[in-house]
Amino acid sequence: MTGEILVPDRSGVNEHYWLALDARHLVFQECLSCDKPRLPPRTECPHCLSDAWEWRRASGAAKLISWVVYQTAFHPAFADRLPYTVAVVELIEGPRLISNIVEVDDPETLMIDQDLELVIQHERGTAITRFRPFVRGSSNTHNGVVN
Amino acid sequence: MHGSVVIAGIGHTAFGHHPDRSTYSLNIEAVRNALNDTGVDKSEVDGLFVKFPTSRFEFMYGQKLAELLGIQPRIGGVWDQGGAANISLISFAAMAIDAGQCEIAVVCFADNPKSGTRHVYQKAWGHDEVYGWFGVPPGYAMIARRHMGQYGTTADQLGAIAVACRKHGARNPNAQLRKEITLDDYRQSKMIVAPLRRDDCCLVSDGGAAVVLMSAKRAKQMQVSAPVPILGYGQGQTSWEVAQRPDLTATAAAISAKTAFAMAGIAPKDIDVAQIYDCFTITALMTIEDYGFCRKGEGGRFVEDGRIEIGGDLPMNTSGGLLSETGMPGLQLVIEGVRQMRGAAAVQVPNARSCIVSNQGGIMHTHSTLILGQ
Ligand SMILES: [Zn+2]
Repeated sequence: MTGEILVPDRSGVNEHYWLALDARHLVFQECLSCDKPRLPPRTECPHCLSDAWEWRRASGAAKLISWVVYQTAFHPAFADRLPYTVAVVELIEGPRLISNIVEVDDPETLMIDQDLELVIQHERGTAITRFRPFVRGSSNTHNGVVN
Repeated sequence: MHGSVVIAGIGHTAFGHHPDRSTYSLNIEAVRNALNDTGVDKSEVDGLFVKFPTSRFEFMYGQKLAELLGIQPRIGGVWDQGGAANISLISFAAMAIDAGQCEIAVVCFADNPKSGTRHVYQKAWGHDEVYGWFGVPPGYAMIARRHMGQYGTTADQLGAIAVACRKHGARNPNAQLRKEITLDDYRQSKMIVAPLRRDDCCLVSDGGAAVVLMSAKRAKQMQVSAPVPILGYGQGQTSWEVAQRPDLTATAAAISAKTAFAMAGIAPKDIDVAQIYDCFTITALMTIEDYGFCRKGEGGRFVEDGRIEIGGDLPMNTSGGLLSETGMPGLQLVIEGVRQMRGAAAVQVPNARSCIVSNQGGIMHTHSTLILGQ
């Protein structure tokens, strides 16, 4: 890999999100006032503005909202990964997040709204949330989490 | 309000590459040209509305520019809405004139991302660096892919927009890129971030542009030679980032246009020519839908078969748009709208009596609409 090594911001409200991922759990926030789930982590609920929340574990089941395939690096750290896929993914629990789709030979064969499952991968000490197409019956996941 | 304010003058720099010029210098040239076109002295300007250079934020940019222009405006400053800001500033200037806050307003913009820094366009979105989520084109590609999946929009339909803009730009002596392409050229264009190719993406350009606004009454008193009345304007915004946006293919263009059409008292069928913000082909396609020129999801079929080219039902981006004339965020589209209403465009639509202009910013976060008449 060339260029700087990118590390997520683990400060403040983000800290627990990354600690949970290190322990192989994808978590999201749920507002204690209006029950709405949310990601990325925020200190106030954008629906009702409450500052009271709890962390919940995601099942790892998700669907593909959309995806792009980088053929050009917009940052030097990703130049040697081309082509790579970035997607908007919706967890079955509701929150949406940016992620990568992995274990796909030709990303042009993906389809919007198709089912995905969580894959937690480690890179340079950071656990990162990725997804792969869900294939019924062939999953080797445990609670949606694979190393 | 309707038609009470006019665009009395327009001006711009050459479009393209200005390696030795500051954005202040580009702004001043554009303003000088716009004041000359209007026939008004700068001492009469009492409103200065500025979109700051997108590629480099600077504190109190509007005041610094006023100092360099040697004017002391009663009202003005900088507004940040990304690419929607220019039309928004025109609408704020019109409101200020209608409300007696100023009499002669200048709206201007300049930037030099081609010779200066482009860093702002390459930053990560949100907290998502670890996934490689960088850059502006990928945000639009994400929306384009969803549109294709939801409505069956094809690459060739996006290509039809690139072909039309490049065709018009080739006939515009001021255009930065004067080279027609065919649909086959488009298909061979380098994939940048699938599904968007290089020819789906606007130019990177240095340059400046300015317009002068005043009341229709004042323009008549001053015997301004070619005032163009503002019939309507509107704005709309979504604050959600692409990943959080509940519906990726619904845009704030819809509410923006609805507001502008209501103010103008006309409908999409009454529009003769359109200048549609085309930072990416998908932006123009979805704006056409959300403006009501066709139903949602039918934008792909609408732009086929030359319908948006000169001679078609809705000639669009008659000076080449961001894809061919200049990648500057939007004021050039207003200037081309003014030329069409004056009957003085390089590629004139015969008997055009109304023009709609769109500006938008961020990743379809902000939208502004302007309707011009005669
Ligand atoms: Zn809440």
